[in-house]
Amino acid sequence: MTAIQTAPANPLAHGRLHRRTPWMVLGLSFAVAAGVLSLLAAAGTIGSLNLIAVAVLGTVFYIVSIGVLSSQVEGRRQATDRIVTAVVTTAFVLAVIPLVSLVFTVVANGLARFDVQFFTFSMRNVVGEGGGAVHAITGTLLMTGTAAIISIPIGLLTAIYLVEYGRGPLARAITFFVDVMTGIPSIVAGLFAFALFALFFGPGVRMGFAGAVALSVLMIPVVVRSCEEMLRIVPNELREASFALGVPKWLTVLKVVLPTSIAGITTGIMLAIARVIGETAPLLIVAGFTASMNTNLFADRMQSLPVFVFTSYANQGVDFQADLDRAWAGALTLILIVMVLNLAARLIARFFAPKFGR
Amino acid sequence: MTATTPRPASAEALPAKPAIRLGDLLFSRAALWSGGLILVILAAVAIFLVAQSIPALTADPADFVGQPASFLDYVWPLVFGTLWSAALALVMALPLAIGIALFISHYAPRKLAQALGYLVDLLAAVPSVVYGLWGIGVLAPAIQPVYSWLVDNAGWFPLFAGPVSGTGRTILTAGIVLGVMILPVMTAICREVFLQTPVLHEEAALALGATRWEMIRMAVLPFGRPGIISGAMLGLGRALGETMAVAMVLSPQAIVSFALLQSANPSTIAANIALSFPEAYGVNVNLLIATGLVLFLITLAVNSIARYVVNRRKDFSGAN
Amino acid sequence: MSKRIEVNDLNVYYGKFKAVEDVTLTIEPRSVTAFIGPSGCGKSTFIRTLNRMHEVIPGAYVEGEVLVDGNNLYGPGVDPVLVRRQVGMVFQRPNPFPTMSIRDNVLAGVTLNNRRISKSDADDLVEKSLQGANLWNEVKDRLDRPGSGLSGGQQQRLCIARAIAVEPEVILMDEPCSALDPISTLAIEDLIEELKQDYTIVIVTHNMQQASRVSDKTAFFNIAGTGMPGKLIEYDDTSVIFSNPSVKATEDYVSGKFG
Repeated sequence: MTAIQTAPANPLAHGRLHRRTPWMVLGLSFAVAAGVLSLLAAAGTIGSLNLIAVAVLGTVFYIVSIGVLSSQVEGRRQATDRIVTAVVTTAFVLAVIPLVSLVFTVVANGLARFDVQFFTFSMRNVVGEGGGAVHAITGTLLMTGTAAIISIPIGLLTAIYLVEYGRGPLARAITFFVDVMTGIPSIVAGLFAFALFALFFGPGVRMGFAGAVALSVLMIPVVVRSCEEMLRIVPNELREASFALGVPKWLTVLKVVLPTSIAGITTGIMLAIARVIGETAPLLIVAGFTASMNTNLFADRMQSLPVFVFTSYANQGVDFQADLDRAWAGALTLILIVMVLNLAARLIARFFAPKFGR
Repeated sequence: MTATTPRPASAEALPAKPAIRLGDLLFSRAALWSGGLILVILAAVAIFLVAQSIPALTADPADFVGQPASFLDYVWPLVFGTLWSAALALVMALPLAIGIALFISHYAPRKLAQALGYLVDLLAAVPSVVYGLWGIGVLAPAIQPVYSWLVDNAGWFPLFAGPVSGTGRTILTAGIVLGVMILPVMTAICREVFLQTPVLHEEAALALGATRWEMIRMAVLPFGRPGIISGAMLGLGRALGETMAVAMVLSPQAIVSFALLQSANPSTIAANIALSFPEAYGVNVNLLIATGLVLFLITLAVNSIARYVVNRRKDFSGAN
Repeated sequence: MSKRIEVNDLNVYYGKFKAVEDVTLTIEPRSVTAFIGPSGCGKSTFIRTLNRMHEVIPGAYVEGEVLVDGNNLYGPGVDPVLVRRQVGMVFQRPNPFPTMSIRDNVLAGVTLNNRRISKSDADDLVEKSLQGANLWNEVKDRLDRPGSGLSGGQQQRLCIARAIAVEPEVILMDEPCSALDPISTLAIEDLIEELKQDYTIVIVTHNMQQASRVSDKTAFFNIAGTGMPGKLIEYDDTSVIFSNPSVKATEDYVSGKFG
């Protein structure tokens, strides 16, 4: 093994693997794995050469061989360290696979119907090919927008209460119940909105506003949490500086604390919107699904993009490929919206956050 | 001094104004009411769910779809499916989450680490319906050969008992999809606590001659244990309540079975509600709401335990 | 313009804990008064009671009275907000508002209170206040840059400019130089010397040379032990405190035997 350095004269040094050795071992392991599997395939023991199998076997080979090699040269402790490094890195790669696969599939399948018609037509009177999701996109924007209009003031004011005013048992109770609320399953929020509106409009009620209420139940705790966190990192010194200038508390909060944390709050709110815009289950229950455009939040069923994806998939017609294509195109649109929201939120956080200068 | 702003008249004699100003009063009240509103909303959720559940508990089970012997009979397979799929997701995702969190916090180069953190956060943002689509369109067909192989070669093991599902749409697939979905939450929490490990502890371990792994075992993992536990519980809570991925991947039946690879699988509460609700009528609506209440209580218990563990130790922020 | 402060039998509490006990002193107008003493002796707590800033900490309250030209700050119906407009404060660490430019920082006391001010008046006020804080020449070309871009000493003078723009009667300074380098400290000390022409100035400091350099009168606070309240030990002309104090503890402290 040329990669191993010669025995050291320095008493503090002992055998070390060369910096590049692990990479060589890695390459070798994959080569061996590929060789073994292609031999097996040639012998007919397994069906055909499978890249996933090569990766799995290669990783196993690598972990074993780097462990053996390291324990021979560097000792048992270093060997454990190298094995753990390999395992941890493998865990990471393993987690990236689904993301890459997901994004790839959605883009590949979604592009087929990612066309002008998709964004200009609804599904009214469409059987088979054609049609679009403009009714679903409109519904999503209306319901998410309404949910945001309900949630942001409540969430932000609650956060202000908790950070600036809240003391004692009430504040503790609110903190606790916001935690509880974060854990409400989305379907339960949908059931709640249904139960609430069924009380006023009778059973079988479906309307966009009820969907917005369900989304608000999911959104409020997220907004409270992130706003609270952002308000808390505003240094107390700024509040004191403002008080010392004779500024009343509410103006201090409004003109010093909020402007200082506005970037973080915006980020938090956008992430909260990104989170609820993809909610399917509650809307499926209270807003229902429809093929037609409906811009009235207070009457009739209203389609949304996630529900569009689900129903396109679940209720396939005779020309099932057309439905599947629409589902994937809807999924692509949804992912794009969410990614844009996420990205914008991060950029706001990065570029508009005030520098505290220390 | 040439005063540029009119001095308040009260400047000469200290004012005898009321100590509370109108602006302050309105603002603090608005904040207080918003906080109170949250309590009201939560109370409303609980009250409405309970009120709408009662008809289901008192009704004749013969009116239910599928005619179960009783409410318990109806809900038990669903509870089982919910717990079983969430447990599968947790078992698969937790070690991965710890591994990823360690990779980001202690193994990856610093610059790369932040980008990787974003990448994992992006996973969290993908809507569940897209995961469902992916699970059924990509994962299930891709993993079916593995299932066949497992049944052929390890079928003696009860979990892998045959006959194998021909579509790959089994509870194990649902568990994998759920696992991928809860991975980002758990990773985010683990990463946060790992990064909070006091540098002094880490340096102390390194100064004793520990390798990186020994340092992690001595300093990072003990410090992060409550974070790992609470992350796992929050992930579990999310897996329990997740609807669409399961609803799309599974073709459910009302059974209780541990078998992972067969085509007959128990459904979960959430998925059952989503699939049955659009066609539900009469007392069946109440029945579904009652199962929702059960789900709410289960997730509440899990989340409360998680919060308790976190709060007992320290006040790092959770996910969200 | 500046006013006399009389403190009578003041006790300060944090909840059940008594932080400062039984302080009585009179601060003359147009003078600099320094509070010295070991850490934790209550001098910072005490100075904050002079404009009711201690109320920011939950559970803090006082007994006794503080009279500014005969008006009790703790009388019934007194609005702490109006008190603070007359008794300004400069803090230990410079704290310009990070979201505001230098100009807006100076105007903060006016604009934050929703008071209207014409552009020319605002320009005059900015120039006058920055000149009053000896900062005008250094920043006049970059008034629209963020205040957090200045050096520590400049930031602190910006905070002083911000405080005097509200035209208070009294300026309280809580260890204004402890986060600054010696040159910036000197600049602030020179400034204090000038400000004393117009304002009553109270300064808390850990630096005894600073107290002897800038102050006319000095108050020495001490604490008997942890958990005990801080007390005013001696209050006299600065020259007396530093050359011929009447209490042994003061002499030990100023000569460096403890603290």
